[in-house]
Amino acid sequence: MRLVGQDISVFRGERLVLRGVAFAVAAGGALLLTGPNGAGKSTLLRAIAGLKRLDAGSITFDGDPEIAGRAGLLGHQDAIKVGLSVAENLGFEADRAGLPTGPALEAVGLGALARLPARLLSAGQRRRLAIARLSLGGAPLWLLDEPTLGLDAASVGRFGEMLAAHRARGGVVVAATHLPLPLPGAETLALG
Amino acid sequence: MSGFFATFRRELRLALRFGGDTAGPLLFLFVTGALFPLAIGPGPSTLGRIAPGVVWVCALLAALLPLERLFAADYEDGSLDLLLVSGVPASLVALAKACAHWLVTGLPLLVGAVPLAVMLRLPDAGLPALALGLALGTASLSLLGTAAAAVVLGARRAGVLLPILVLPLVTPVLIFGAAAADSAAAGLPAQANLLLLGAVFAACVPLCPLAAGAGLRAATD
Repeated sequence: MRLVGQDISVFRGERLVLRGVAFAVAAGGALLLTGPNGAGKSTLLRAIAGLKRLDAGSITFDGDPEIAGRAGLLGHQDAIKVGLSVAENLGFEADRAGLPTGPALEAVGLGALARLPARLLSAGQRRRLAIARLSLGGAPLWLLDEPTLGLDAASVGRFGEMLAAHRARGGVVVAATHLPLPLPGAETLALG
Repeated sequence: MSGFFATFRRELRLALRFGGDTAGPLLFLFVTGALFPLAIGPGPSTLGRIAPGVVWVCALLAALLPLERLFAADYEDGSLDLLLVSGVPASLVALAKACAHWLVTGLPLLVGAVPLAVMLRLPDAGLPALALGLALGTASLSLLGTAAAAVVLGARRAGVLLPILVLPLVTPVLIFGAAAADSAAAGLPAQANLLLLGAVFAACVPLCPLAAGAGLRAATD
């Protein structure tokens, strides 16, 4: 369960946003991506997720470059369907994992709102719903883009416990953020 | 294969919840179909002669309506990224979307086309060939439309580009389908045209999801 990136270069349009980036994270480890806006933090997360093609270099997880299916992405969009209920928004991941949605919603404090239409959720609650989806997916690699944006202090604390539990299971976390994140012992990769 | 069914169930859940989008094509079919007798006149011989073509064109245009939002909604809210990261191959995501599109749009159009054809005085002998042809034709359109919707994803003016891209591709379907209903209504065998429709469908089944998958990959890149 080792995430290794070697000599990664990625173009965005005409611009070379990542150039010769390298990192290695062991099982249970965490990598914090820092850098100014536009430094390529989100691009690197999308590249690790397999959404963005690498123009040079390689990324392997557990020795295998095919990372889709083993990664959970918490992007800057919450990917919430406002017409569905809170629980129905997790339907796809629940089907895939064969798990009920209840415990995942309880873990982020949305258990009482499960039947509510998602359009009634506040921005912070939508973020918590996206976090519930991430944990329900059960992927060993978590890719987080500004994960605590809009969360209150109590939710950040709960999210910190989820991160710790994920790492204790041997999971790997890669996070891009400008806010302090509860990731003790994380290595930092400065971009840009 | 579980990824395909999970995606398919997700699509049905969304389609049933947003019922207005689902009923739209069927209403469009009836409203446009009803305009023809008003414009051409109610004479049964004229109407019956043009009925197969009118029903086919109206059904194809109606089935186009939901295609623009097929991937666009998921693309804009970030769900498409999650679908692709989940490990379901992009072409299977596209196939699941096409199946759901047919079930939610093609099948109601198929059911609605029969009363519309009767209203337009299509001779009874033409009805089975019309329905069978539309079953194959709408399924092909769902597949071709899914591929085109994936290709135009992220383009500006995608809503204009989509019909321009899809309609030329479905002309063989329209020609064979309308000809099948036409010849059956005139008492001639429709088998050849229906077999050609089946051939188009058989070619679409493997090719369209592959094209759509490549389109999705390019759109999220």
